Amino acid sequence: MKLLGLFNYWVFAVLLMIGLYALISKQNLVKKIMALAIFQSAVFLFFITMSRVDGGTAPIVQAGVANQIFSNPLPQVLILTAIVVGISTTALGLAIVVRLHEEYGTVEDDEILAMDRDS
Amino acid sequence: MTTLLIGIFLLSLLVITAVAIVRSEDLFSAVMLSGIFSLLMALNFFLLDAADVALTEAAVGAGVATVLLLAGLRLTPPREAPGRSLRALSVAVIGATALLMIYASFGQPTLGDPTAPTQQHVAPWYIEKTPELIAIPNIVTAVLSSFRGYDTLGEVFVVLTAGIGVMFLLGGGRGKPFSRLDSQAEVGLSGHLIPKVMARLLIPFILLFALFIQFHGEYSPGGGFQAGAIFVAGIILYSLVRGEGLALSVIPPRVLLLMSAGGALLFGSVGVAGMLMGGNFLEYSVLTTDPIIGQHLGIIVIELGVGLTVTGVLLSIFHAFAARD
Repeated sequence: MKLLGLFNYWVFAVLLMIGLYALISKQNLVKKIMALAIFQSAVFLFFITMSRVDGGTAPIVQAGVANQIFSNPLPQVLILTAIVVGISTTALGLAIVVRLHEEYGTVEDDEILAMDRDS
Repeated sequence: MTTLLIGIFLLSLLVITAVAIVRSEDLFSAVMLSGIFSLLMALNFFLLDAADVALTEAAVGAGVATVLLLAGLRLTPPREAPGRSLRALSVAVIGATALLMIYASFGQPTLGDPTAPTQQHVAPWYIEKTPELIAIPNIVTAVLSSFRGYDTLGEVFVVLTAGIGVMFLLGGGRGKPFSRLDSQAEVGLSGHLIPKVMARLLIPFILLFALFIQFHGEYSPGGGFQAGAIFVAGIILYSLVRGEGLALSVIPPRVLLLMSAGGALLFGSVGVAGMLMGGNFLEYSVLTTDPIIGQHLGIIVIELGVGLTVTGVLLSIFHAFAARD
């Protein structure tokens, strides 16, 4: 039972590492951006995992219900804004990749580096 | 117990999807899988009692992000060049780190432990004081827009900056925000009957729901960030079905840029208004004679600013990608 309660952290570790693996081993820049998104989602999962409280509910006060247990609102606030900032930065990265493709004709990291070395 | 098991099932699906995203050489299917990944993540957030976060992830991750990735994919090669990954070394490094992190997890409090250090410090204060100081039911909205208003102001400016960056990279230059504005040739999916009928039925409800999320965010899960993303999803659906030209005549580029900058400006000026009324920057209590009404007023106005900026920026980004040849 105690072990099952740690499952979220294991998934966090595995997802984080899947994202990092794709980030360092894949050469395709679009794939790298998706890898960053997976990495980022893993961190979100970690924060939200920490916010949960047994027997709790979403932190919205209901009128007339006393002694409610709430999950921790703070990590939720951080992650809520982080998700929107995350999509904006993903879009920025994607825009850079599109421009790179227009200049170099490829989105493979090693080919771009080889072209830079040759010129 | 059932919740825990459902959570474990969903988390396992999440890992499988992530592996499939990384392994797939066809980037189109990778993008589709990343949409599924976000939806599963949203379900997990919901199970973990984070309703606001689940709403945001579903709207942003599964909706807007997938469309943006597809729009980017239209301009770049659809397939990954095969067999170029640096396997052995990275697998070794990643494997070792994963094992270390799983080892470290045994020192973590288990899921939902009420005695965990996270639940002991400031969180009880916010839960206890929100009904008294802010008097709105949704504690997440209260913390987001009032207690941690500085942080949210910063995030809004990060979103605005990212939008400006995309416009610099992909925009059409001075006076012409999107590089291929005049082209009416793209008619999107209008030749397909089923998407057209479905979209026509869905769009009004999506937009209405976005407005509900925007203005009911103090009482139920919601707020400017989610509302902006849902509104953008509705407009993007419209542009996919009726073409970007029509979507841009509904909300012209000038209006989009005004919304992006104006929302951030509105947020900032509420802060300055607090200073002029004799309080601190972003202190809403001084806005009216009754501090509680002042808080409500401040929160509604800054959430409106957040919603405007998020809508403007995300739509501008979408149009910037879609207009690029």
